[in-house]
Parts: sequence; C-alpha cells; structure tokens
Amino acid sequence: MPTAKPRFTLAAATILALAVQGAAAQSAMAQPRTDLVVGMALEPPHLDPTAGAAGAIKEVTYANLFEPLLRVDGDGKLVPGLAERWTVSEDGLIYRFSLRPNAKFHDGTAADSADVKFTLDRARAADSVNAQKAYFAPIAKVETPDPHTAVVTLSRPDGLFLFHMASGDAAIVAPESAATNKQKPVGTGPFRFDRWVAGDRVVLVRNPDYDGVQPKLDRVTFRFVSDPAAQVAALKAGDIDAFTLFSTYEALPEFRSDPKFTVTVGSTEGETLLSTNNARKPFDDVRVRRAMAHAIDRQTLIEGVLYGNGVAIGSHFPPHREGYVDLTGLYPYDPAKAKALLAEAGYPNGFDTTLRLPPPPYARRGGELVAAMLAEVGIRAKIEPVEWAAWLEKTFKGKDYDLTMIAHTEPLDIDIYARPDYYFNYKSERFNALNDELNRTQDPAKRDALYGEEQKVLAEDAVNGFLFMLPSVTVQKANLTGMWVNRPVQANDVTGVSWK
Amino acid sequence: MRRKLPLSLRLGAALTLLLVAVALLSLLWTPYPAEQVRVVARLRPPSADHWLGTDHFGRDVLSMIMVGARNSLAVGAAAVGLGLLGGVPLGLLAAALGRWGDEVVARLGDLVFAFPAVLTAILLTAALGAGAINVVVALALFNAAVLARVTRGAALAVWRRPFVGAALALGRGPLSATLVHVLPNIAGIVVVQATVLFAVAIVNEAALSYLGLGIQPPSPSWGKMLGDAQTHLFNAPLQAVFPGVAIALSVMGLTMLGDGLRDWLDPRHRSSGMM
Repeated sequence: MPTAKPRFTLAAATILALAVQGAAAQSAMAQPRTDLVVGMALEPPHLDPTAGAAGAIKEVTYANLFEPLLRVDGDGKLVPGLAERWTVSEDGLIYRFSLRPNAKFHDGTAADSADVKFTLDRARAADSVNAQKAYFAPIAKVETPDPHTAVVTLSRPDGLFLFHMASGDAAIVAPESAATNKQKPVGTGPFRFDRWVAGDRVVLVRNPDYDGVQPKLDRVTFRFVSDPAAQVAALKAGDIDAFTLFSTYEALPEFRSDPKFTVTVGSTEGETLLSTNNARKPFDDVRVRRAMAHAIDRQTLIEGVLYGNGVAIGSHFPPHREGYVDLTGLYPYDPAKAKALLAEAGYPNGFDTTLRLPPPPYARRGGELVAAMLAEVGIRAKIEPVEWAAWLEKTFKGKDYDLTMIAHTEPLDIDIYARPDYYFNYKSERFNALNDELNRTQDPAKRDALYGEEQKVLAEDAVNGFLFMLPSVTVQKANLTGMWVNRPVQANDVTGVSWK
Repeated sequence: MRRKLPLSLRLGAALTLLLVAVALLSLLWTPYPAEQVRVVARLRPPSADHWLGTDHFGRDVLSMIMVGARNSLAVGAAAVGLGLLGGVPLGLLAAALGRWGDEVVARLGDLVFAFPAVLTAILLTAALGAGAINVVVALALFNAAVLARVTRGAALAVWRRPFVGAALALGRGPLSATLVHVLPNIAGIVVVQATVLFAVAIVNEAALSYLGLGIQPPSPSWGKMLGDAQTHLFNAPLQAVFPGVAIALSVMGLTMLGDGLRDWLDPRHRSSGMM
C-alpha cells in the first residue's frame, strides 16, 4: 500500500496543526484577566472619604483612588502612602512628612505639601464635616517648608496620630476638587474614577500617570448587591469575582466545597456589642449588667449568627491586636447565676425592656437570639427593628434606648468609653484616668499594658454585652490572588490584586 | 335551602376550618414551645422528632407554623373586624345621606385607596415602629375603605327599590329603614367581601412580616419564616416551602369560601332557588 503512508502523514500533520492551533488558542485564553468585579453589600452614599462615616465610601476609595499620608496594609502595618518617609520628634509633638516628589492628582495637578496643609486644615476646621474630626483635634499647626515636605505640630502627644493619619478620613485631597469629590472623586491613587451607575456599580480604571508601583488590573468594578440570595447567585454565575465582607455565612460550606471558589475568613476591627444604656434603670446597676453577661452564651451566638466564623470577646478590644487581654472567662454562661444576680439587684422576676436592632443581619439575627437568651433568665426584651437613619437619630445621637446591638468597626476605638457624651452613657473616673495616661504614653509596651488595664475596667463594669468580633469573609474565584484577608481598616485595597 | 352547596364553598370552608382548628390547637398544644431556640439542632430535615424539621435557630417548624396560624388569624380577624366596624356604618350613612355626605365618604375612600394597603402599613410602621398593632391599624384602614365603598354601592341599590320607598311613605325614618330594610339585604355582599378581605389581610401581614415590619420575634409569623428562609434557599430549601404552603392554603381556603358564599348568598340565585 504505497498510498497508506502519505495519507497517514497527512492525517498526522492535520492533527498536529490542530493541536498547535488549540494550544495557541489556549495560551490566548490563559492570558490573565486585567479586570476585576468586587461585590459589596452596601452602596456608598457618595465617594468622598473625608466627608462621611459610611464604611462603603472607604471600601471603594481607600488606597485605590485616594491616598492618605500613610497607609495601612493588609496586615495592619503602617506603610508609606503619599508620604514616602516620616519622622517623629522625641517629645512626640512634631511630625515631618516627606512626600513622593512626582505625585499627581488625577486631574494632572501636582500633589504637594500645600495640598496636605489644605486637607488637614479643612478636616480640623470648625465647619469640618469629617466623620472623625477627633483624629485631627491634636493638630496645632501645619507648615510647608518646601513643596515636598509637610511638618505637623501637635498641641499634645497622641500615640495614635500616625495611625489616624493613615485612615481614609485623612485622605489627601486638592483644593481644586475637594468640593466635587463626592460625585467625581479626584485623588492621587493608582486608580482613577471612571463612572458611577447609581444603585449598581462604581468603575475605577488604572491611572497611567501613577508615580508609584503600577497595579496589575486595568479596571475595577465595585458592584452593590444587598440581597443575600442575589449575592450567592451572582457569585455562582461568575458575575462577581470576589465578594468582600460577605455576611451570608450559611452559604459558606457550599462555596468551600466548590473548587472554583476560595473562601477566606479573617479579622475585622468590628467589636459586636449588646450596647447598654448605662444611665437608664435598671442598667445603671452593675449587677444587672453582669447578670446579662452571664445570661448570654457567646459560643451559641457565634454558631447561630456567624455559623461559627467568629471569635468571642470579653471586652472592647480585638484579639488579633497587641495588648489584648482575654477576658472571655470573666462571666461564663450561667443562667442560674444570672437569675441570682438579678434577684440580688431587686429583680427576682426579671423585667421588661426593649432591644432596638439596626438592619445588618448580624444585628437582626443576633438580636433575636440574644432576646431568647435573656428571656431564659427573665429579661423580656421587646424587639424593635429600625432603619439606619432612625437608629442613628434615636439611639446613637439621641441616646434614647435600653439595649441595641451593633458592631463598632473603627480600629482601636476603646477611647469611646472616655467620651463624655457617647451613647453608652458610661462614666468611669478609673477609665478616664487610664485613657489620659495612654494619650501621654509613646512607648509601645507601656501602651499595650494600659490598653490591658482599660479592657479589664470595661469588663469588670460589664459596660456592654461584649459578644464577638465580626469576621471578614471573602468569597472569591480560586485563581484570584492578593485580596485582603483581614480588614485592619475599612478598605478594599485592590492595588495588589491579580489573576493567576 | 335544599340547593346543593357550591364545591368552592365546601372546599373553602374545610380549609378555613382546618386553619382555625390548627390555630385553636396551638393554644393548648404544640409539639415543642414555638419560641424554643436550640442552635445545635438547626436546619434539621423533617423527622419523627420534628415533623417539618427545624429552622435556622433550631426551633420546631411545625410548632411555629401552628402558632403562626394563630397570629395570622388574629391579625386578619382584627383587621377585618375593625374594617367592618368602621366601613359598614360609613357606607350605610353615605347611602342614606346622599349628596354631600355621600361625596365626603367617597372622597375619604379615594384618599385611602391612593395608598395601597402594604404601602400604608410601611408608612405607618416607619412613623410608629414595626409591630402587629400598627399592621392591624393599616390593614383595618384599608379594609374600612373597601367595605364602606361596597356597602354604599349595595345600599344605594336597595334604597332605589320600591319596598324601601313604600316603607318611607308609610312613615319609617331613614335610620329605621336602613336597619330594617337595607342592612339585611346587603349583609350577604358584605360578608363575602369581608371573607375576601380576610385572605388579603393574611397575605399582607405575611408580606409585612417578611419585610420585618409585622409581627415581631420571638412570636412566629409565616412571613418572617419566609424571610428567614430566603438565605437558606441554597442549602435548606424546605425552610421556605412549609410557611409558603401554609400561606397559600389559608388564602386559597378563604378566597374559595368567599367565592362560594357569594354564589350561595347571591340574591339572584336565591330568588331562583327559593322564592
């Protein structure tokens, strides 16, 4: 068969050609993607991090679009932001920031020390709308010896000053664009604003003029999906590449068992509390507050609300931070003891009260469970669900409440217990003295010891029900790398994210 | 009444009786306390211990459905009862007064109809806080408007009939004529309408509780159970099925009862069958 061999060769060549073609097609497909769709539960009300408390603003803009002088990285460490170096004087009063020499705003204007002065002066001004005005209160003056150097002088030492200057609230903005940042944000970050489809998404694109390390992504879309079932569906359909602060915990086992997805569970700064009005009867009696602490079974709560993805706390401090003291054993779950304490305080038959719950699932679900636990010892808590606006108005500002459930997500915020007008209505000379000393102390070891003392005071006074840390759960496609696991600040920093 | 009862009436009555029976039984007995939380035993499928399984907090679903039936009925009964008390006299008054009195009642009704019942309830709970009472008030307001309109229409038709004119001519006052001649002749229509409104009230209560505005935990509500089940559609779909079926059966029962009653009570039917 003389023809057999050529025919075979032809067939082989065809197969080879097809194989080569296939491989080429495959390598084209293997080209890593350069776009990313991040899912978030809440849409930001606007996009100016220096003018709003909503976490969603920072979750879109922090490090991506706006840069503070310093940044907090995914491990919670301070790293250079707009300032590439900084020094602190011996007495802790003078901070000298050296800015990146070629830094530019997205509108092409230079980002220099005058912008730093403008930003800090604006944030600490009397008419400032900054959500964390207290961060800027210690500043006495801001000087600009040259365009690339800003010198900040404090009126009193503040151990957290650098940390605060690394928050989204301290993002550096330009006088030309500060007024319009809410709708059309102009920052110095590696991504610039492209568009905002209200109710749906915000799109950022790579800033080709960025003077620092260029990100690997060309386009980042933040999509807002509030409905839990829709979140799960969007992930499964592949419409969303990574969902951050995912709170439909009951869906996690399914994503964990699917090789297409990776689930990470990290820490946040969100101490979840059964906030208690310490000025109102019967909660002004420490025995009642301790009774409630004994009545709440934190492990069951964590299982029931977070499906086990959380860590119990015994005071107002996150377990992953230096200075943490484990006080979770102080009031073990013991309904009998709780009843005894209530009887001692004059409530042998318990009492009626109200438990006001804001919208997040951890509060609505957690509140239902807490109410059931309190009912076991005779405390009949009527559940009162409210929207955010009503919660902020009546509970947070008006301090008109008995009990509420809320996660306090600002980092290192134990000092709120020293604020005279805070909604807990807690007053303690002991705590205030510790807080004053902490503000005067620079040495990290001494600071940690003081933090420990503060935690003990709060736990002994059982100021609030200290429940658990809110987890940072991210559900993402398995071939995505660089997403933050932990949330040391409110942020979705995607500058280091890439596809495998 | 030798006339055969309509099938829809018999089916509807049976389902409604079942609903009432379950609600009454829940006062005396449920398999478990409906509010008893046991997180370790959550999301169990139906079994000999828990006939309909357990919910996301380990509560017994059957017990919750039973107590939920009682809550649904209570809200429905209160909303329709108050609606009858407010709406029927208003409708009768409008028909009896005519002219401007009629106009006032009709425009008041329009005002209420401008807002759907659920929206009214949402507005009310936003202003006064969530809870069963506010839901009842909102639904009763809507029901009163519907019943006033239906009553007025039916009463006007009766007023135009010769025997009412005769009664007036013989010296009966308008109030007496309304009570003696008009009311008995429109009672059937009002009862039918009330039955249908009962079904609507149950659906609306479920909708509001689903949104978190209705009956508050720990008291179980079908709507709240549906809302809670929503996030478990992927891992425990049965959670949504049982409260869903309960709502569907109750509403079907009441609607069929209403339809059947209408067929049965309709004066035209009666005249052909009895007179």
